[in-house]
This record gives sequence, C-alpha cells and structure tokens, in this order.
Amino acid sequence: MPFVNAANIAKDYDVIVVGSGAAGGQTAYTLCMEGAKVLMLEAGRNYSPDTETPMFQTPDMAPLRGAGTPQKPFGFYDATIDGGWNVPGEPYTQTTDEPGGRFDWWRARMLGGRTNHWGRLSFRNGPYDFKPHARDGLGFDWPIGYEDVAPYYDKVERLIGVYGSNEGLENTPDSPAGCLLPPPAPLVSDLLIRQRAKTLGVPVVAAHRAVLTQQLDFKRSPALLHPGNDKAQEILARHMRQRAACLWATPCGRGCSVRANYQSTTVHLPPALDTGNLDIVTDAMVSEVLMGKNGSAQGVRFIDKMSGAERVALGRVVVLAASACETARILLNSKSAGFAQGLANSSGKVGRYLMDTVGSTLQAQIPLLENLPPMNEDAAGGDQMYSPWWLYREQREGKLDFARGYHIEMGGGRHMPGAGTLDGLEWLTGGSYGKKFKEDARRYYGSFVYLEGRGEMIPNDQSYCAIDSSVKDRWGIPVLRFHWQWSQHELRQAVHMQKTFADIVGAMGGRMKGGGPITDGAQAIAPGGHIIHEVGGTLMGADRATSVTNAWCQTWDVKNLFVTDGGVFPSNADKNPTLTIMALAWRAADRILDLMRRKEL
Amino acid sequence: MDRRDTLKWILAASAGPLLQRQALGGGQTANAPALRGSAGPGEGYGSDPDLLKRYKAGEVWPLVLTPAQRRTVTALCDLIIPADDHSPSASAVGVVDFIDEWVSAPYPRQQHDRTLIEEGLAWLDIESTRRFTTEFAAAKLADQAAVCDDICDPAKAKEPLATAATFFARVRDLTAGGFYTTPAGFRDIGYVGNVPLLKFEGPPQDLLRKLNLSA
Repeated sequence: MPFVNAANIAKDYDVIVVGSGAAGGQTAYTLCMEGAKVLMLEAGRNYSPDTETPMFQTPDMAPLRGAGTPQKPFGFYDATIDGGWNVPGEPYTQTTDEPGGRFDWWRARMLGGRTNHWGRLSFRNGPYDFKPHARDGLGFDWPIGYEDVAPYYDKVERLIGVYGSNEGLENTPDSPAGCLLPPPAPLVSDLLIRQRAKTLGVPVVAAHRAVLTQQLDFKRSPALLHPGNDKAQEILARHMRQRAACLWATPCGRGCSVRANYQSTTVHLPPALDTGNLDIVTDAMVSEVLMGKNGSAQGVRFIDKMSGAERVALGRVVVLAASACETARILLNSKSAGFAQGLANSSGKVGRYLMDTVGSTLQAQIPLLENLPPMNEDAAGGDQMYSPWWLYREQREGKLDFARGYHIEMGGGRHMPGAGTLDGLEWLTGGSYGKKFKEDARRYYGSFVYLEGRGEMIPNDQSYCAIDSSVKDRWGIPVLRFHWQWSQHELRQAVHMQKTFADIVGAMGGRMKGGGPITDGAQAIAPGGHIIHEVGGTLMGADRATSVTNAWCQTWDVKNLFVTDGGVFPSNADKNPTLTIMALAWRAADRILDLMRRKEL
Repeated sequence: MDRRDTLKWILAASAGPLLQRQALGGGQTANAPALRGSAGPGEGYGSDPDLLKRYKAGEVWPLVLTPAQRRTVTALCDLIIPADDHSPSASAVGVVDFIDEWVSAPYPRQQHDRTLIEEGLAWLDIESTRRFTTEFAAAKLADQAAVCDDICDPAKAKEPLATAATFFARVRDLTAGGFYTTPAGFRDIGYVGNVPLLKFEGPPQDLLRKLNLSA
C-alpha cells in the first residue's frame, strides 16, 4: 500500500509535499505522473470518499436534522472531518474580539483537506488580475501574467473537469475549445434573476464549477496532458473513465462517491498513487522544515499523531502546500542558524499580506416564484449561474468609490429541506400556524433566492499572521496570532454589493426581510476568514527584498524549498482561488521536474 | 393572576435569563466560532462522526424533557402542524423526539433554545391554567388556539407577551424543521429530488412560457 506508516517511510524521496488538498494534490499528481518519487504528509486522517460520503442520506437520519454545530459548521453531512473554524487541540489567537479586526481560520484535518467540501467554483484570473498595481497603484503586481498561467488553466480544466461557458467578457477569460464541459440547465430562479438583472446591465452567465456534466474526454485529454508519457496516459485514461458524470442529486459539499466533482481525494490522489511513485502518511503534523549544512532544505520534522513521536522525512526538494496560513506557520517556526526570524524570511514578509475575499449576502423572497409546481431542482449540487464583474468602465472613469471588482454567486430553487429551510416565515405569514401554516409552507418553499458578492480584497500591512509564542497546540507547536483590518475599499465594496442585490431583487419584484440592503460596510462585510479564501503570507514577486518566492513558487532564500498553495498570491482577485492554486502548483511542479532533470536540485 | 403577573412570576423564577436573551435577539444565534479553543472531546458527536449511520434521538446525548414537557410539546407542535389532506401531524413523524433532541444537545445554540423552550412550556401551562383551569396539553383545541393566537406573531405581540412570542416562533421553526425534513414533509411540500438522474433537463417549457422566461 502506498499509504505508509510514519515509522516506515523511505529515506530517499525526490520531493516531500506537505499537504494533500488542491495544492498538494496537484503538486504530487504532476510530479508522480512524470516519475518523481514523492512523500506526501497530511496532518489529518485518511479519508475515502467512495465509502464515507453520505450521498442520499436525508436530514431525518442525522442528529439535529443535520443542522450545523460548532463541530460540523456547514451541517452534519458536510464532508469536512476534524475541521472548521475551531480544530480541537489546535488553537490560534487574535489581537481583538472586534468583528472587523479578526481573522477566523478554517482548516480541515483530513486527506484532501478543504477540497472535499468546497463550492467547486473554478474561475480563471483574468489579465488585469495579475497586474492590479499597474492599473490602480494599489497592492502588488504578480511577477507573471495571464499568458504564463493560461496553459496551466487549460491543463487543470481538462484534468479535473469544469463546466462553464465562454462569453467573451472583459477580464473574464474564455477557455480554448475542449477545456470546458457544457453548463447545466439553469433553474427557474436563475432564469428570472438573469432576465431582471439584464435590465440593470448586470450580466448573468453560466458559472464555472468543477463538476462533470458529462464524462471526461478520456480518449484525447491524457495525451494532451502527458505527451510522450504512455504510462501516465494509461493511468489517467483509466481514472477518467472511472469518474461518473453528475447524477444530478446530493449537494457537492458532501463530497461525491462517484467522483463526479473535483476533490483531491477522487481526482489527484488516485492516479498519483497508481504510478507507484507516491507514498502518503496521514496524521502527520509537520512542525518545521529542516535545513542541511549547505543552505538547502533537508526535509521536514513532523509529529506522528498516532504515536505522538517526532519523526523526520528527508528529500531532495521540500514543497509546502499546507494552506497559506499553515505554510507561513511552518516557515516561521523553522528557526536555525542564519534563519533566526524563520525560514525563507530574509524579506521579513512571511505571514504578511494575508487576504480573504470580501463577502456579503442578501436573501430575498420572490412572489413570482411562489406556488410553483413540484420539480426536481437538485441540479448540479451548487451554483448554476453567476455574474462576473461588469463595471470595469465605470471604475476606469472614477465613478465608483472603491477599487477592484466582485462577482455575484446566486441561487434559489426547491432544494432538499433542511432544519432551517422554513425558519422565520412570520415576516411573510403574519405568524400563521395550523393548516394555514402548512399552506404557507407550500406557497413559500422554493420562492427564496440568495445573492452573494465575492470581491477582491487589497493586501494591506495590518492583515497578517505571526507566531504567538505564548500558546502552543497539543503537539507542542507554537500557534499563529492573526492581525486583521479591512480598508475602505473592501467596506465600500460590500455596501455596493448590497445596493446591487437590492436593485436586482427590486427588479424581480422581490421582498427583503428587514426591508432593505445594509448600508454600513462594517455590517455588510463577512468577517475575515469566513469566505475561506485564505491567500497570501508567502507572496511571489520579482524582487527578493519584498517577496518570499520567485515567479516559480521557489523561495528566494532556499532553492530547494517551494510553496504551491495560495500563500504565493500577491493579490486575491474576486475569482475564487482554487483553480489558480492548482494551475500554479502544476507550473511549479513542472519547474521542479525541469530543475531536477538539469541536476540543479 | 393576570397575564402581566404570570410573566413576572416566570421571570422571577428564572432569574431573568429570558430578558437577557431578548437582548441577544432570540434564538437566532449563528454558528459563530469561539475566539479560540475548541469543543471538548466527548461533547456532542465530535468532529468526526459516522455520517452513514442512521441516528435516533437520544442516542448521541440523553434527552432532557420530562414526560409532562413532552406532552406540552406534542400538543403545541400538532397545533402548529396538524394533520390535513396532504400529510400527517408533526408528532406523527417524530417531531417531538426531534425537539427533545434539539434542546438536549450540548451546543451553545441548542442550550440557548433549551432555556427559552423550557420556560415557554411552563408559561403555556400557567397561562392555560389561569384561563381554562387546565394545563395546556389537556385544554380544548380552541382554548389552546386562543393562547397561541396571542403569541403567534412576534411583530404584534406586545409586552409582556413578547418573550412568549419569541418562544412560539422558535418552536414553530423547530416544528417545521423537524417536519419538512421527513419523507412525509418532502411529499407535502413538493420536494421531489434526491434521486439519481441520467440527465438534468431543467424546468418544463410550459412553465417557462407561463413565467415569460427563456432558457
């Protein structure tokens, strides 16, 4: 078995990969398929989606009808194991209790990490998103451009399977033919939002999500993804055939036992394991990167959670893909001669410029959607449509009071009722009960829509993580303390989201509980960390004095140490980060392979 | 004892937590994470429960409602969701067990609801006894409804009934949550998903025409 015991790891890995989510999964996949020997260390337990996913379970089979609790924040059937904003025994600290000054850190201690439950929204950054400073003087430019990453977006889309459409919209890249799968049919609520938003100039188009609306192209894609590599092509073709198309039921957040959506555990790891080049140790909590005498990383030290024993794993190259904040934590805790302030931190920038996404939500009730006939609207188990940012011209002309854009995620429909689906109806019913309440429930069920803004946060000096040396986790590892502050750009953007949502709801003839949109940015914006798009902390850059890695995700200070998670993002465009994380990880893995072939690593 | 006195009596007996809760906004606390730290092991179902097993109320944590309280919950939730031509009553599909499980759970939101609901159940009996000389569960349906009519709309219920209205709204939410998550509730409300399909066709064309929407 390639799942190995911590005590039985080999001594001569090419690459140690820390983390098994989108970044670690993609890094290990690319390396193993091309022949490198990889050891993956995952802090959580092993996890098997094919046997553990609650596909068709209904809420009445779960405690509390499946409602969320601190132990399962997204509901009982959410795929997350040993995760959430609080992980037992693994605390973090804040500088303040104030909502606007906190960053709440979501983790998932399980094989595959957060990819098991994520929303599967998979958007490409556009050309502007790599050069934001050049456009408005704020934040930082990336040392690479869209043209550098585009080939890797193509590869990732072909590998994982992403539905969507090409619309030719500004800074919202189209994919080459053959990359995207057809989008699912829209729901009634999607079509109504689209029709009414159009009257306001807000475009509504197919969302891009990593869900197979049809089987992957197992005949052509393997050769395109692994040219000249027969073994990799054979393995990939087999796994592409084993992945079923969506069965149009059960929410993607539960995971997918038929492998119809992307999870690292169903897409990246199975073929990587089949190469025979991947060993995985789970329950392996990495505490630091170990340095050799020659200025190179030797490997990592980790705690085997099963025995509590400290162990060492050695390799020619070390890749940190542990999540932006965990990677920063590992580097800051890796102190040795010459690296007194942490490893790869000669710039002093490790942990700096932590970002999340600006989030704001509005729910509304739409009379036109009342009393619709029963119809199956489970659909693709997540968003069917979205609004890409559309006000580029207005922004250029100085008509908006904030920089950078947002997109709108949206939905409605007759989804599986949960414990809170019909909560708080009295604002519509006047407090009915009895047979009248049952009539009201039939009338209003399925008549609600949500609009969620997801916007760009500009990195700032006040938002970062650092080691809190006064607190250690249960493994004895010093924890992170978070510092957080929004700028006016984010707060004003959240207010703009609310106004847009209210306009769309108005155009739909809808009603908002409480009467209107939120006009105070501090109230409108979701707390830091709540959108779970943590990026930054180990920024890539063109100048080693002000960044942690170069354009290849390789740390400036230690040439055989790479970061392939969202830590390297110099900006956090409104586009959800996971697809870009995978594209950059593939690109970095290609670079590692290249440097190893050239004996430069 | 008039209604105002009844409420005062309950507030005195409970040393004021109801008022504090109103200041917090009723039972609508979100799943806000604690500032730091973690849920202790052995509390609740833990962070790695078996997701495939079918759970019964009382299996993961003991149920706390007394037989008398369960009788009142039964009467109340069947008043909120009685049997009709479409579906059975709330209690017939396990809603009483669900509400008992809910208020018995060790999590902050549920503990919060436990206080609200236990005190509300006591108030119902006192109110019913005062007006009809019998506890709520034994009162005639019309009398039960008379009590509920005063508290069913939080927007209209004035002090001293505002807290009782918060209680009623919470029980209505839990009753609906317990009821519409069952197969009978799915059927009643017209949820027809959770079945595998070979193809997803989208909404029927005649419906789109009726709504003047184009696919």
